[in-house]
Amino acid sequence: MSIAITTQFICFTVLSLVVIIGALGVVLLESIVYSAFLLGGVFMSVAGLYLLLNASFVAAAQVLVYVGAVNVLIIFAIMLVNKKEDLKPINDIKSRRVISTSICLTLLSLLIRVDLTNVWSLSSPQNSIGEESTIRIGEHLFSDYLLPFEVASVLLLMAMIGAIVLARRDVMSKDISTGLPVDQELIEKSSEPLLTNKN
Amino acid sequence: MEYGLDLEYSFNEFLKGFGLSSEIAHIIWLPLPMLLVLVAAVVGVLVTVWLERKISAAAQQRIGPEYAGALGVLQPIADGLKLLVKEDIIPAKADGILFTAGPILVLVPVILSWLIVPFGQNLLISNVGIGIFLWIALSSIQPIGLLMSGYASNNKYSLLGGLRAAAQSISYEIPLALSVLAIVLMTNSLSTIDIVNQQSGAGILSWNIWRQPVGFIVFWICALAECERLPFDLPEAEEELVAGYQTEYAGMKFALFYLGSYINLILSALLVSILYLGGWGFPIPVELIAKFLNLPINAPFIQVFTASIGIVMTVLKAYLLVFIAILLRWTTPRVRIDQLLDLGWKFLLPISLANLLITAGLKLAFPQFFGG
Repeated sequence: MSIAITTQFICFTVLSLVVIIGALGVVLLESIVYSAFLLGGVFMSVAGLYLLLNASFVAAAQVLVYVGAVNVLIIFAIMLVNKKEDLKPINDIKSRRVISTSICLTLLSLLIRVDLTNVWSLSSPQNSIGEESTIRIGEHLFSDYLLPFEVASVLLLMAMIGAIVLARRDVMSKDISTGLPVDQELIEKSSEPLLTNKN
Repeated sequence: MEYGLDLEYSFNEFLKGFGLSSEIAHIIWLPLPMLLVLVAAVVGVLVTVWLERKISAAAQQRIGPEYAGALGVLQPIADGLKLLVKEDIIPAKADGILFTAGPILVLVPVILSWLIVPFGQNLLISNVGIGIFLWIALSSIQPIGLLMSGYASNNKYSLLGGLRAAAQSISYEIPLALSVLAIVLMTNSLSTIDIVNQQSGAGILSWNIWRQPVGFIVFWICALAECERLPFDLPEAEEELVAGYQTEYAGMKFALFYLGSYINLILSALLVSILYLGGWGFPIPVELIAKFLNLPINAPFIQVFTASIGIVMTVLKAYLLVFIAILLRWTTPRVRIDQLLDLGWKFLLPISLANLLITAGLKLAFPQFFGG
């Protein structure tokens, strides 16, 4: 085995272990903050796997989008609403766990079946396009994948407008679901002018 | 200039002369540029800290460090030694693992980004194809480290500082990336080498700053905000938040934050000089000078001369920008958080979008000036 192949093998093993253990940690850990940070680690290792596959642009995009945007926003949201709250004990927790585990195992077996039955057309290392992939991705996005690309942007726009409507209560005078007039006061306590009462 | 000065090739040939295989020679070569760049970054930080102390003193009509070495040049080393031997404290109620991992996560992406900083045609660690995009992706990891250390400190000022840092860097990443995109559009490549070569046609006249004045200003403002330099240093605003996410840190862990922020400042200055100020290019093209003096461009001593001029020019441009950043820090007041977010989302974002659109239009209209 040459040095390059050994290095690749070690990197692949480490990255896969980090992905699997990290993902298990995300699901099984009690603390939601640890789960969120571990999720970032999993995203990073997936980016590392992309790098091993010679897809450096995809790897960088993975880091930028999943680690830099999605994960940061998840952590941000957790920290803004991190109230110490005693959760109510659920009565039928055992049966719920059994059901969710079986659903997950079914999905896993489906994925394994797809992996085993599908014939993967692997290109040889000589045929990999490497650095040129950036150009190819751009070409595909603006030709045959143009419609999904644009539809995704419309979806994001809708989500953004929805978020603004939810966050700004003064946009609508009535609650959408109940029809009651909405309390349009600021969520924070209104500040009193500092100097008016000091005569 | 196809071959230029290729140190790696000559080094490998030299080792092969001792009967080593090319693979072993490559492995021996690999850590050398990395170490060199790491040392360069740390020395750059020491110089910047000294400059910061001296220039701030001059701005406030003080003398500044004076006794540690001539003109106080050894002061940053003394500072570093002090941080090195200080006791390493983890607050009793802090989260030990996250508290330690935070500063590391802040520093490592910044150092990794030095991978793409070129000091000459072949003088960089790796000419990766995704070049400048790698830096944008890596710099987006930093807020996680800041949030982590802010949360782990178990201190409300730290948490607020971490949240502010994350909000700030998310907001300013977008105009930053858009102004880089305008440059990439003109270059047809993400590689930093290609970006510099595209500006090297007519010396100072072909630098991107003349073609992208708006992009230059947007990029510089955003780079300062990403570095948390003073007009935008809200995450560690002393009067409001004690020291933000750094409040509970001491000793070497604090030094990691300190080092990270200064390395980031130098990196940003280097990238501004690469993207907009012609990188390693001399204001008058070296090829023209060589032709004027009737010297062959491929002669060894001309090559060495060009390479050293390249390094000097890159560092000089970067330090001019660092000087401006320090002057800005000691002469401007801090913006409020709402002003900061307004500036980012309502001013810089539309302007950089318009800049990108106009660049695309100009590229179609005048392909010879704006890259075909």
